Amino acid sequence: MSKWLNPRSAFGIALIAAVLLALPFVAAAGGQAWVRIVNFAILYVFLALGLNIVVGFAGLLDLGYIAFYAVGAYTYALLASPHFGVHWPFWVILPIGAVVACFFGVLLGSPTLKLRGDYLAIVTLGFGEIVRIFLNNLNAPVNITNGAQGITLIDPVSIGGFSFSGTTQILGISLSGPQKYYYLLLALVALVIVLNLRLQNSRVGRAWQAIREDEIAAKAVGINTRNLKLLAFAMGASFGGVAGGIFSAMQGFVSPESFSLIESIMILAMVVLGGMGHIPGVILGAVLLSILPEALRYGVGPIQTAVFGKMLIDPESLRMLIFGLALVLVMRFKPAGLWPSPERKRELQETGGRNG
Amino acid sequence: MAEILLEARDVAKHFGGVKALRDVSLSIRQGEIFGLIGPNGAGKTTFFNCLTGLYVPDGGGFTFAGTPLQADAPHQAAERGIARTFQNIRLFANMSALENVMVGRHVRTRAGVLGAMWQSAATRAEESAIRQRASDLLHYVRIEDRADDLAKNLSYGDQRRLEIARALATEPKLLCLDEPAAGMNHTETAELRDLIDGIRRDGTTILLIEHDVKLVMGLCDRVAVLDYGAKLIEDVPAVVQKDQRVIEAYLGA
Repeated sequence: MSKWLNPRSAFGIALIAAVLLALPFVAAAGGQAWVRIVNFAILYVFLALGLNIVVGFAGLLDLGYIAFYAVGAYTYALLASPHFGVHWPFWVILPIGAVVACFFGVLLGSPTLKLRGDYLAIVTLGFGEIVRIFLNNLNAPVNITNGAQGITLIDPVSIGGFSFSGTTQILGISLSGPQKYYYLLLALVALVIVLNLRLQNSRVGRAWQAIREDEIAAKAVGINTRNLKLLAFAMGASFGGVAGGIFSAMQGFVSPESFSLIESIMILAMVVLGGMGHIPGVILGAVLLSILPEALRYGVGPIQTAVFGKMLIDPESLRMLIFGLALVLVMRFKPAGLWPSPERKRELQETGGRNG
Repeated sequence: MAEILLEARDVAKHFGGVKALRDVSLSIRQGEIFGLIGPNGAGKTTFFNCLTGLYVPDGGGFTFAGTPLQADAPHQAAERGIARTFQNIRLFANMSALENVMVGRHVRTRAGVLGAMWQSAATRAEESAIRQRASDLLHYVRIEDRADDLAKNLSYGDQRRLEIARALATEPKLLCLDEPAAGMNHTETAELRDLIDGIRRDGTTILLIEHDVKLVMGLCDRVAVLDYGAKLIEDVPAVVQKDQRVIEAYLGA
């Protein structure tokens, strides 16, 4: 812990904290949409860190992670909306969401324990789709999820009388809804980062890493690989569940559309691109991959008009083109991710990146 | 006679038509170094894998310290006190030497997810005990100066030692070494011999698979010979060395 106390690190941390605290006001200068984009970036950090437990720590390739996000989101939506007429406070629902998602994590984990690599990826992919299709169709004969219309008018997060939606004045400063959510998300994600760091450097974290490195050797030293893999699924899923709950409250609306396969792939891309198993890398990956596409969305159109005088390519397709190219380039030149853990970087350098 | 620690009764294992083990029975006494030798493909490693739960035997079973061993649970074998090393070293390559041994403490420690996230006093105390014990074990096998190096960057001999340290971290009653001297030169083998002898003197029973007949004959209290999956003989080295069947098995007469 002593390294945190030296003046340079202390100054660095203070600087980062100041920037993070000021960010929603800077972003608001470009419109509230930018504050929302920043909020989503934090939400993706949350999700990527959850998936990192499964993929990065335990080495289980999961392509259906969005399902747990969906489960958390719908748990929140059903327990805090006029749909069933239930309006529970968020501090009750978020833990419930975590537990329900955790249950689904075990449900997915238990039949897939013997699978590895590509096979596991295919099954988890299927699971993610099953959850989405269920959400889409569970409106008959009993209307549970309201089908493709989704659930609307979800309660915002509120503590006591303080609601996180709408604009309020605090100490003469005007705070918009997204700005208030920003601080809530920031606090939660800070907590998640601390929990992840602690998990990684613990008995359980080491056991996960051992399973990732060599499952047979892990068994031979007495690690119950079945239970620990389930634990990884369960932990990852509960983080996803909490993130889903916040998403629900922040948007006020959920529908199955938000939980498509591409979302799972995006989150996985964040983890891989940032640096699997390395928490700072995963955070970087999540922030970049959630902000950059938005920046392109707003930047591509005007640039084209400025250069060519008219729109040549539809901004939306160009955005995906640039995005795809960026992914390919990163994987070509930084196969371990943009900010890999020191060990992983060394590993890839030695093997020339072939086994990455 | 010393108390019997491990008893194998009619252990059989076949892969398709190949009978890798044919009703092998043997007993290992508390505190001895027991050698298991035989030509390539005789079934030595298969025997190890059955013992440590990686394979499920097709017949027979093991009694360890008076109670039967569950056949298909490797982590339970470790919990009962059977630790092993592998013929082709299996370390956690991208973890440091110290971390490798710390993983070995897993089965003797308790901290769970909640303990890790909450960082209670008990968890922190356990964590520092794990670290301390692991670094003591690195010292014991004399690679303490490589503690922070990644396992895969250690020299071959040091990797063997690290694997033994990791196995010892599980506090085994029976330590099973699968060809620990393979690929070692004379000096390294001599050092290894001292290490194994030291482990035995510190109270751990040892089951040793080895090709180096000189090492086995010099070190082991008793030896069993496998050939084509069947046990030929189980006796003290002096007797085994002179046995006609053993000589034939090795020379292929």
